[in-house]
Amino acid sequence: MIRGLKVEKRLYRPRWLSVLIPVSGMILALIASGFFMYLLGVSPLKAFKEVIYSALGSKYGISETIVKAVPLALAGIAVLLSFKMIIWNIGAEGQIVIGALATTAVVRYMFIDNPIVMFILMIMASCIAGGLWAAFAGYLKARWNVNEIITTLMLNYIAIHLMEHFIYGPWRDPASLGFPMTKPFPDAARLYQFADTRVHVGIIIAIILGLLFYWIFKNTRWGYEVRVIGENPRAADFAGINYVWNVVFVMFLSGAICGIAGMTEIAGLQGRLQSGFSGGFGYTAIIVAWLARLNPLSVLFVSFFMGILLVGGDTLQIVMRLPLSSTLVIQGLILFFLLGGEFFRRYRIKFITGKEQ
Amino acid sequence: MSFQQNCCLVEMKNITKKFAGFHANDKVDFDVRPGEVHALLGENGAGKSTLMNVLCGLYFQEEGTISIENRIVELKNPKDAILNGIGMVHQHFMLVPSQTVWENMILGLDNIPQFLPKHRVIEKIKEISKKYGLHVDPEAKTWQLSIGEQQRVAILRVLYRQASVLILDEPTAVLTPQESKKLFQTVMQMRSEGHGIVFISHKLDEVMEFSDRITILRKGRKIATVETDSVTKQRLAEMMVGEKVAFSVDKPDMDPGKTVMEIDNISVLNDRGREAVRNISLELRQNEIIGVAGIAGNGQNELCEAIVGLRKPVSGKIYMFGKDLTSARPKAYISEGVRYIPADRKGTGLIPNMNINENAILKKYWQKPVSRGFRIDWRAVLDFAKAIVDKFHVDAPSMETPVRNLSGGNLQKLMLGRELKDEPNLLVAVHPTWGLDVAATTFVRETLLLERSRGASILFVSEDLSELVSISDRLAVIHGGEFMGMIDDPSSVDLETVGLMMAGTPASEIFPGGKS
Repeated sequence: MIRGLKVEKRLYRPRWLSVLIPVSGMILALIASGFFMYLLGVSPLKAFKEVIYSALGSKYGISETIVKAVPLALAGIAVLLSFKMIIWNIGAEGQIVIGALATTAVVRYMFIDNPIVMFILMIMASCIAGGLWAAFAGYLKARWNVNEIITTLMLNYIAIHLMEHFIYGPWRDPASLGFPMTKPFPDAARLYQFADTRVHVGIIIAIILGLLFYWIFKNTRWGYEVRVIGENPRAADFAGINYVWNVVFVMFLSGAICGIAGMTEIAGLQGRLQSGFSGGFGYTAIIVAWLARLNPLSVLFVSFFMGILLVGGDTLQIVMRLPLSSTLVIQGLILFFLLGGEFFRRYRIKFITGKEQ
Repeated sequence: MSFQQNCCLVEMKNITKKFAGFHANDKVDFDVRPGEVHALLGENGAGKSTLMNVLCGLYFQEEGTISIENRIVELKNPKDAILNGIGMVHQHFMLVPSQTVWENMILGLDNIPQFLPKHRVIEKIKEISKKYGLHVDPEAKTWQLSIGEQQRVAILRVLYRQASVLILDEPTAVLTPQESKKLFQTVMQMRSEGHGIVFISHKLDEVMEFSDRITILRKGRKIATVETDSVTKQRLAEMMVGEKVAFSVDKPDMDPGKTVMEIDNISVLNDRGREAVRNISLELRQNEIIGVAGIAGNGQNELCEAIVGLRKPVSGKIYMFGKDLTSARPKAYISEGVRYIPADRKGTGLIPNMNINENAILKKYWQKPVSRGFRIDWRAVLDFAKAIVDKFHVDAPSMETPVRNLSGGNLQKLMLGRELKDEPNLLVAVHPTWGLDVAATTFVRETLLLERSRGASILFVSEDLSELVSISDRLAVIHGGEFMGMIDDPSSVDLETVGLMMAGTPASEIFPGGKS
């Protein structure tokens, strides 16, 4: 007879749990969202088939999934770096925008008609601009303990309004009929796209960065320092690890990678800077980083998975005539079950059995 | 029922508690009678804390029953235990650091109105404080208090809940003799009011002096419950460890060598920005152990942090082998061979979620052979960590075990091994034997003496006076951030004199002739 429940922290976390929990979370999510679609009068099986087919069923589908996944992967790796150190950089969105702004500035004012030179210039400009933007918040945090959640979030608004200033004002394309966007970038400032798809060089950068940081955290002195700071800042102090420098540096890196994400998004995909180009993936990246349990390699897979959800969501709207909000509900349900499963990896529930006295 | 009516406040029968297959408690019986002090004695990992955590509702037993006043109860969570009149003061006090003392007091209580009755709570705290001599500022933030003060808060919290059974986990480990005396006055008063007190300890002297009965645990099993009057210390120690242990340590005579560190008139601020160390000068020499005696919170922590470079003095100078290190980074101190054993093992000295390998290289990771260029060579790390584990007998299931799963003694051995690995020039050790069992304590003391013979200079902060007196070559007594005096021959000084100095009487007043 079960008379009570008790939640205990797991002393050991068996390996099979890290497979079983996400898989069962996914199954529960599919059941729940299937039920939801049933309520909307849509056949869940048909909808799931539609999602899978549209996102993975054709070359075009896969390429679109990748196109959605690339900025998520880049920004996911970026925020993961700061999260590892318990620095909550939620300013990816702003850093992406700043990276895109710097890219546009380079294209406007330093244009050289050579794709390789332009690529290097754009990457450097977006890294430095995004990096400094984030490092500023990092310095305030490290030096005076100013809450970085607030500063990075507020810097997002500043960045977005700064961009609007330029695209509504001095950088607006006279031929845009009043739309807030710049002129299309010249060809030399466009990133290489693979085989008739919209997949651009950003995917290579994302994979390289994922592998690189995976290796760095595992095998380098600096990776060790970051992990020590994240696990126990007092112990880091005790070991003589320079907290201020590391926080500023990690925030710089984080912002720099976001900057690259902004650059690849406009130079690789959209070909110009326009209002709302990022569509909030700087925030989605936070979920990606957590779903990947702060593992840079997992980020690549998780963002691909998110890409499926995004492409599938679009399809549901078009093919199944579901409203946008209902596809967001389905995406939310899936994330809810996956993130909720994390709890069971860290805790276990004990049933208290026995007879009542 | 087989036992007498009203014999016990609490009776635990056949308690078994397992962790991942390992028996932390194996069919243990334990009871507490009204108006008695029942000591629970055993080595680290013997299962004392586990047993008491079962009693206070933090763990739930796999087998066995708990009855309170002859009524079988289920203690599913700490609240059940509190409602049944059981209160525990943990070794790690389980207070909320960011909250004030009075806020901690009412945390988790039922019937707290929406608008907190701050003044009533503070009144009541002051009343209890006065009654039991547990002085603490009710409006202070808990994180700002010293470990000794935090313990007082934890004890106050249990008293505030009017517990009939009070469990004290190693209560005197962080107290001075005077504070301990006061604590035992508190305990005796509670006993005379009919409370039952469970008292977890390693200190045989205290157990002999203050308990009525003693239960000895070893490796999760109960060895015996005895009347205190009917046993000797030696017999207790044997039951605890299962073998005879030496109580004294051999300390060879030795002349101090050359000066390692010179501390010139430093003043240091605490976290609250107040002056915690005032104009302290000290010379630390090779082959010498300098003891620092004092009541918790009199500037010991700040002094030690300044000496290892973690806290910058606001005035004064620190020289290491003649080199000015006053404004150097902590890493410069580490490079000069300064090592530190902080009191707070899991909070400062070790990284609980990292494994033994990763913890072992905390002071080494940027140096050969562990580090090659910017890389860490994990095979070299394994060798490095294995050497520490073997030499210092750290008992762990594997090198990949997160250190949060190690017992207090093993944590301390690991940290000691790490800090001593590179033959430091200066070792600052704060309460290195705190909470350790007899065997581990002896091991730590002997290790410190070996380091002294090797040529290290050691600053040794402890609140165990007899330990300080037997190990130190010179003994500094600190009060209110100032040295009350330096005793050149600690073993010849009686404890009462040291106690007077700890209470704030300068040596110059005790020895008007100017001795020491």
